[in-house]
Amino acid sequence: MTTAKAVKNVPPHPMDGLLRTERIPHIWCPGCGIGTVFSAVLAAIKNTGWDPNTIAMVSGIGCTGRMAGYIRLDSFHTTHGRALPFATGLKLAKPDTKVIIVSGDGDLFAIGGNHFIHAARRNMDMTVVCVNNFNYGMTGGQQAPSTPLGAKTTTTVNGSPEEPFNLCDLAATCGATYVARWTAMQVRSLRSSISEALEKRGFSFVEVITPCPSSFGRRNRMGTALEMMKFYQGRSVIRSDIDPSEAVVDIDREIVVGKFVDIERPTFMDHYEKVNRLNLPQWRAMHPDHQKGR
Amino acid sequence: MNGDEACCEAALAAGCRFFAGYPITPATEVAESMSRRLPEIGGIYIQMEDEIASMAAILGASWGGVKSMTSTSGPGFSLMMENIGLGICTETPCVVCNVQRAGPSTGLPTLVAQGDMMQARWGSHGHYEIIALSPSSPQEMFDFTIRAFNLSEYYRLPVILLADETIGHMNERVVIPQEEDIEIVNRRKPTVSREDYLPYEADADGIAPMANCGDGYRIHVTGLTHDDRGYPAMDAKAQEKMISRLVDKIRKNRDKIIRTQNLYLDDAEVVVVSYGISARSAMQAVRDARNEGIKAGLIKLDTVWPFPEELIRSVAPRTRAMIMAEINGGQMALELERSAGGACPVSLVSNLGGKILHPGLILNAVAKAATEKP
Repeated sequence: MTTAKAVKNVPPHPMDGLLRTERIPHIWCPGCGIGTVFSAVLAAIKNTGWDPNTIAMVSGIGCTGRMAGYIRLDSFHTTHGRALPFATGLKLAKPDTKVIIVSGDGDLFAIGGNHFIHAARRNMDMTVVCVNNFNYGMTGGQQAPSTPLGAKTTTTVNGSPEEPFNLCDLAATCGATYVARWTAMQVRSLRSSISEALEKRGFSFVEVITPCPSSFGRRNRMGTALEMMKFYQGRSVIRSDIDPSEAVVDIDREIVVGKFVDIERPTFMDHYEKVNRLNLPQWRAMHPDHQKGR
Repeated sequence: MNGDEACCEAALAAGCRFFAGYPITPATEVAESMSRRLPEIGGIYIQMEDEIASMAAILGASWGGVKSMTSTSGPGFSLMMENIGLGICTETPCVVCNVQRAGPSTGLPTLVAQGDMMQARWGSHGHYEIIALSPSSPQEMFDFTIRAFNLSEYYRLPVILLADETIGHMNERVVIPQEEDIEIVNRRKPTVSREDYLPYEADADGIAPMANCGDGYRIHVTGLTHDDRGYPAMDAKAQEKMISRLVDKIRKNRDKIIRTQNLYLDDAEVVVVSYGISARSAMQAVRDARNEGIKAGLIKLDTVWPFPEELIRSVAPRTRAMIMAEINGGQMALELERSAGGACPVSLVSNLGGKILHPGLILNAVAKAATEKP
């Protein structure tokens, strides 16, 4: 097995314990913001102090989906858009597992949009971190349901004729118990939001506005990766606790960031136990392995 | 009980404790039974937003260490194809029950057909092997559901139960054996340490021991082509190695997987091959033919995939003719013809869905074949 440590002059990284270091270097482009989001996720996981054997990461397909391949946890890189229903099955089969879903805006809100609204409605106890880079990065920069009106992508060369989703508003409307948005430049706020989301009971959602300099930035003449980072940060305005419908993402004017929702609501399992008049922890004691002989 | 209810009871007896599904005629009763029964015994029933999600959820549950299944019919089966492929690629045990109705598209929702035979075989993209069983009665629905779980746990793949509307809705006596008389197979677990465990390194029989989520092995599971570590490996060599093993683990164990019920085969001059509800019509026709002095025989396919090529190849040369009886335009008939390899003529008795085959139709074909000059 080769590890990063075998490479000369690379000191151990504080997150090495949570990384499949033998898989580094990663596939992300130079200047991509996903690495920043990934390290925020790792730091937040470490911060919880949970036993890593009780945490699972599930992802869909796309650049962000590859996070699941680099994290040294039980990790599942599923099909395009289907991370949430897969995670739903995993969580219900093993209710004590902490389930984190990481995926992109296209995966979660276009092909996976139906699954997102229902997972939020059911209040499945899991955390979703969505990297929103306004386009499909993996396939070379096509229009996404998050692409700003008028923005250029390889499939909207004259500008996108569609209005994008407000992802945080959608999550809140569908019933998420925790909703926040940050840019990838606001690392400390992002890290603490992901930590809060992980600790939150119910369906928690964190959106990260992330630069994709190789595709979205290049086609929209947004300059270097650093310039893009600074551009998003410069446009961002912190307005925590406002109605998420007013928390707009308009890259020409302002990107509203902050924590918009932090509420309590019974989860799917809470209701399931109640309506079936059963106590799941007790069932689990009765059926230690859920089935005979497993 | 009816076939759908028998399927539910068998799944529970096999150890299934997670069901995700979506209502669809004529498979709804499987889900309804599951929704009532699972909470009683500490399991989870969830109705998902569609069949794509149902299939994804049962894969997730299986990695959570719980035996899982879903049930559907044609339109839902189409939606499940994507994640059946994920289940094959990631080698995830689970059971998919398809109570077939007539298609394509919405077709005849309440009426029988057997038109999804090739979809079950090849419906997900790419090259792979699959296991599918076809029950001919509520009793077989019970027995084959248990076998489907056992095969899925042993060979690590989604196993398809190819039932049909008539079997699903037919009420017949079902004998449920005592718990100790039901053979249960559970997935092979790793015996080595986390450091030494390679999730896709197979044992001699081609099957890799499976660590569940939370077992401490910190596995990575991906639908990308992967190496023994489970890590993506993007080249032709890795593809060749992975697909060969996925194919071989089924093909090389064909003799253990394939089961048929043969009737009057020893001296049969005309052999009818059939499965599911059509096998009952075929059985009647073969008995009627014998009463008329025609040496007819029957091969009833309990396992439809893999197809019993060897059996057909051995029977064909000593047979005047073989007839496939099925409710589609001739799907398994082509398999039969391929397997017979020209050693005897092969014909088809069928209708295109909406009603079961009349035994008289098959009897006519048998009588005609028995008198025709070779």
